[in-house]
Amino acid sequence: MAMPTVLRFGGNRRNGDRKNADRPPQNKIFFILLAAPGIIWLALLFIVPFYDVFAIAGGRLNFLTESPVPVYNPLHWSHATLVTTWHDIFGVGSFALPIIWRTVWYTAVAAALCVLIGYPAAYFVARFAGRRKALFLVLLIAPFWISYMMRMLAWIDLLQTNGYINKVLGSIGLPGDINWLGGKWYTVVLGLVYGYIPYLILVLYAGLDRIDGSLLEAGRDLGLGRTRTFIKVTLPLSRQPILTGMLITVLPMLGDYFTNTLLSGTRGTAMIGNVIQGQLATNGFQGEGAVLSLLLLVVLVAPMIYYVRATAKSAREAS
Amino acid sequence: MTSTATTTAAPATSAAPAKAGLPWPRRNPWRHPWFLEGFTWLYLIWSLVPIALAVLFSFNNGKSQSVWQGFSWRWYFTDPVNSVAHNSVLQLAILQTVKLSAYTTLIAVPLGVTFALGIHRWRTRTSASFNFVMLLSFVIPELIFGVAMFFVFTSLFRPVGLGTLAETLALVTWNVSWPAIIVQARLATIGDSYSEAAADLGCTPFQTMRRVMLPLLFPAIFASAILIFSSVIDDFVIVDLLSNSAANTPMSVYIYSQQHGGNGGPALNALGTIMLLMSFIIAILGYVGYRAMTRGERGSTTDTLTTIAGA
Repeated sequence: MAMPTVLRFGGNRRNGDRKNADRPPQNKIFFILLAAPGIIWLALLFIVPFYDVFAIAGGRLNFLTESPVPVYNPLHWSHATLVTTWHDIFGVGSFALPIIWRTVWYTAVAAALCVLIGYPAAYFVARFAGRRKALFLVLLIAPFWISYMMRMLAWIDLLQTNGYINKVLGSIGLPGDINWLGGKWYTVVLGLVYGYIPYLILVLYAGLDRIDGSLLEAGRDLGLGRTRTFIKVTLPLSRQPILTGMLITVLPMLGDYFTNTLLSGTRGTAMIGNVIQGQLATNGFQGEGAVLSLLLLVVLVAPMIYYVRATAKSAREAS
Repeated sequence: MTSTATTTAAPATSAAPAKAGLPWPRRNPWRHPWFLEGFTWLYLIWSLVPIALAVLFSFNNGKSQSVWQGFSWRWYFTDPVNSVAHNSVLQLAILQTVKLSAYTTLIAVPLGVTFALGIHRWRTRTSASFNFVMLLSFVIPELIFGVAMFFVFTSLFRPVGLGTLAETLALVTWNVSWPAIIVQARLATIGDSYSEAAADLGCTPFQTMRRVMLPLLFPAIFASAILIFSSVIDDFVIVDLLSNSAANTPMSVYIYSQQHGGNGGPALNALGTIMLLMSFIIAILGYVGYRAMTRGERGSTTDTLTTIAGA
């Protein structure tokens, strides 16, 4: 898009000036008006809803209809639901604590597997795919365009007791009658890995693709072999993409309930998302669902902010 | 590409001679990493073959989703009760998905683009905090967001209630950050010189927007529209929490509710295949369109591919 040089000149002349310093004040109003619809939308449909969750969490229960009664004045918030939820988690014989530990455990294993599987693939495509890079990239990106439900459905088909996985296992002499969908922890973890690994790979690919090739050459020129160049140069430079990539898989995994329901559907593998979703659907427990999702939010706020900061920083560096 | 200087696109093994004379490494440092390539192919097979099989089973001439009984169009057309062509619930689900995608794209794109344009020039503490809120809405787990939406539409905004309106409002909020982020990134790349030049030449802010900024931003706006449309097709959690009848249940929720706890039958595979086809058409349109719009600019096939995937 060739712009006349005269247009470029105008910008340079003003570079030293303070931004907006010599513009008439109505310009500022123009930009405020431009941003206003989005701001009002976010205020009404993002900030207010979260305040509403607080109001439900601090509200009362209508014992007749068993529906929650929100209380909007923070001074009148009751801590009854919070206490109930606290007992659910930390009380004697609590039902939620084992589920929380299970959630942490599943998510940790799934995220680690995502990195172990995703990193070599992203590394290969970013660095060695050569002329076939576009082909590999299309194949890596394809899962983004395939609905999550379709991808889970595909595994449900394969994992049926008379499905292909068992047939293949049986044909090579292994037990071919495993009830994969009957509440197995490994099925759920593999489902999580399968579901979220494309996001990680794309983040890793973008990060690895940005690494300056001359740094690697410098490593080679200084006598490092391929392995040692990788360990001393590439790996340290990919720390940030690994971290953000893990976050982008871990955050949705912690709120995932559908993978679990589809691939197991038993209480024995329930995660925190299943508890929240179940409470939301059960009259009388919706307040506890509100508290539980707020507690989850409190735990996740720090990693979320870290993620936002990190991506904003790498975007600034890229531009 | 014979020069050993390019490492980003690794040359083929034959292109670079082994560096003889150096004691280390003894092996050709530019050899092709066959192990890594094999691993990548294995990953791709694991990632894509199950889906190909699921598509195949949508053509199964039997009720099983796991035992092949011959090819047929049964679950698309010929079955008088359960095929997509004859089951009105399946059609409602398809229609609802298309409706939600269209509504959400039509509302979220202008909202996000104007937000980005405004925030880019109106830099105060207020605007910065709203920009931060926008980014938070991008990373918050969908379940937590969905819970907030469920509560607000059943209590404070009770007149809205559950259903298509609630789904649309929530999906717009959930997706508005796409255009906001992509357009802001593009604005940062373009820089302020164009709009300042236009202002110097006597454009009013509105004219600058219409005649200079919007044409420059059009590829970014287009890419965000494609991303929103496809992400609404794929969306599950929000619509699952906010739908309350067959008339406002989109495809993803329908598949979920039919499949969990049993065998939903190949009609679900047919529905999933239709969903997949819709997404692929959108993706191809996005790719071709984005390529056409950014023709003559620096950038490559791979850049386009990552852009329409939201990276």
